[in-house]
Amino acid sequence: MKKELRHLFRMDKLPHIWCPGCGNGIVLRTIAQAIHESPQLDLDKVVVVSGIGCSSRSTGYLNFDTVHTTHGRALAFATGIKVADPDLHVFVITGDGDATAIGGNHFIHAARRNIDINVILYNNNIFGMTGGQYSPMTPQGELATTSPFGNVENNFDIPKLAIGAGATYVGRGTSYHDKLLVSLIKDGIKNRGFSLIEAITACPVSYGRKNKYGDGADMIVQQKENSINVKAAEKLGPEKTAGKTIIGELYNESRPEYNDLYNAIITKMQKGETC
Amino acid sequence: MENKPRLIQGNRAVAEGAIAAGVDFFAGYPITPSTEVAEILADMLPKNGGRFIQMEDEIAGMAAIIGAALTGKKAFTASSGPGISLKQENVGYAAITETPCVIVNVQRLGPSTGGPTLPSQGDVMQARWGSHGDSPIIALCPISVPECFHLTIKAVNFSEKYRTPVYLMLDEVVGHMRERIEIPDKSEIEIVDRKRTTKKPGEFKPYEVAPGSKIPDFGDFGMGYKNHVTGLIHDETGFPSNSTDQVKKLLDRIMTKFDDHLDDILIYEEIGIEDAETVIIAYGSVARSAISAVRKLREAGEKVGVFIPKTLWPFPEKRLREITQGPCKRIISSEMNYGQLSYEIERIVCKNVEFETALKENGLIITPDELIEKVKGGSVL
Repeated sequence: MKKELRHLFRMDKLPHIWCPGCGNGIVLRTIAQAIHESPQLDLDKVVVVSGIGCSSRSTGYLNFDTVHTTHGRALAFATGIKVADPDLHVFVITGDGDATAIGGNHFIHAARRNIDINVILYNNNIFGMTGGQYSPMTPQGELATTSPFGNVENNFDIPKLAIGAGATYVGRGTSYHDKLLVSLIKDGIKNRGFSLIEAITACPVSYGRKNKYGDGADMIVQQKENSINVKAAEKLGPEKTAGKTIIGELYNESRPEYNDLYNAIITKMQKGETC
Repeated sequence: MENKPRLIQGNRAVAEGAIAAGVDFFAGYPITPSTEVAEILADMLPKNGGRFIQMEDEIAGMAAIIGAALTGKKAFTASSGPGISLKQENVGYAAITETPCVIVNVQRLGPSTGGPTLPSQGDVMQARWGSHGDSPIIALCPISVPECFHLTIKAVNFSEKYRTPVYLMLDEVVGHMRERIEIPDKSEIEIVDRKRTTKKPGEFKPYEVAPGSKIPDFGDFGMGYKNHVTGLIHDETGFPSNSTDQVKKLLDRIMTKFDDHLDDILIYEEIGIEDAETVIIAYGSVARSAISAVRKLREAGEKVGVFIPKTLWPFPEKRLREITQGPCKRIISSEMNYGQLSYEIERIVCKNVEFETALKENGLIITPDELIEKVKGGSVL
């Protein structure tokens, strides 16, 4: 690990619990790198919240105030933290199962409120910690322990879901495009509102093996080959980019943030004014 | 808040009690018959510098108050029946992470959607054992509007002092009935804040307890402590542990953490107990009927008393046992359910006295006349 990032990790808790070839460590490093490159953050005021699953074990390794919550509920806990103390810089680390299956309701509503929380969603297309059951992000037709004859369900497009729900900064990267992830997370931090970064990460053990994607290194190469940057995609048009994963900054718009609006009410009410 | 006498409903007294106790955060979701608590706090909190948020569901309401409490806020939610069922996983999270918070449960008739506007006391066992696993809990139960105010303050104080979720168990009758209340002056209200660590970041272990204590000091988020909070079994540093010794150490501590403080936590009221040969045990709105029944029966020369637990969990077991070792020969446990607390009471008293129940769960209150009939040997209940 880079020397400059060590103070952001609980070094005594490493090595991590993730399987050989798992991309989560790469994504976690990009989060630390983005925080390191965001000098406006007071590190004592950074709070990182996670749910349950492989991705959500990240909080144990980061040297901030951290909360490892219940399955799917990270954003609900984080909303409480951010509303209670708007001066805290709140991050949420979650997975595709945690955020879009059991936590789907909290995900869309946190986005709808445009509350200033930075979400990094590790998408490994599977419920990894429980051993490989299909998630809302397991592609149709693919195998999982609970779709032994192929998954019949449709996927979410997570960035589209977030944009539709009201997020103001949305990006997507992969564990291959780690520099892109760092820059997206940094821009998400700058956004005063709800930011969602989808980080595509390989699960060779519980997902790749069953679907014959090879090992972790093979799956990283596939991330490279299957992705196309949003700017290039715009030039090529939809026909030439069909089936590709669009990465990069997908949405960036300024809208009033939840706490800014509520703080104005508190100020008014304390002056005894009426709305 | 006005100090002159007013006629207000129990749910309002809860909301005003919360403000008086220093509650500065509410998150919740609308549900009958507790909604007024949220509505009133939505109005009062910002005027008092606090924050209110209506969450997307009941689960989120519980999660948000735990999050807020981790930043040092006094956090509060209110719900009823189905909403309380939904909150249970995170109530257990608050218990194992020892996060102070208060959950108001204005009980309605169940199971399921049941009778949203009908009174019941069917959540008494859910309050004790509703979340999976073994976990400590305090549950308080007011019988009047003024008591809604005062026990709300107690609930907040207990949550802070003992680092625990605390239930305030109203029933629909107590939540919606209107009674005279005179809010005391601020100077007369005791407010307890959680004990915060004086240690520096780096020296502080969030679940370390001082010798002789079972309640760890608190380090608020944002102060540089870099705490880790998890619902997994953890050691004194807050990090997960797979050691079965640590499982026992943590559970032994939290499951016994109220034991040295029962004199403070156990609240109950007794009327006519000294010479009573028959003692009615009742709580919530049923206790009001029991008081009325006991008065009438005593006027007629009957040796009857009433024991009213205001702390339902932990249950005032020692005091009840003492009562059964006096003149008392017969206990009648009365509640608006199929006998939830009666099982607990029977366990405590059965060796010493005759035990009977007076139960009703049809959406109607238990009346004084029904209890009088029961004491006299009738069987309407």
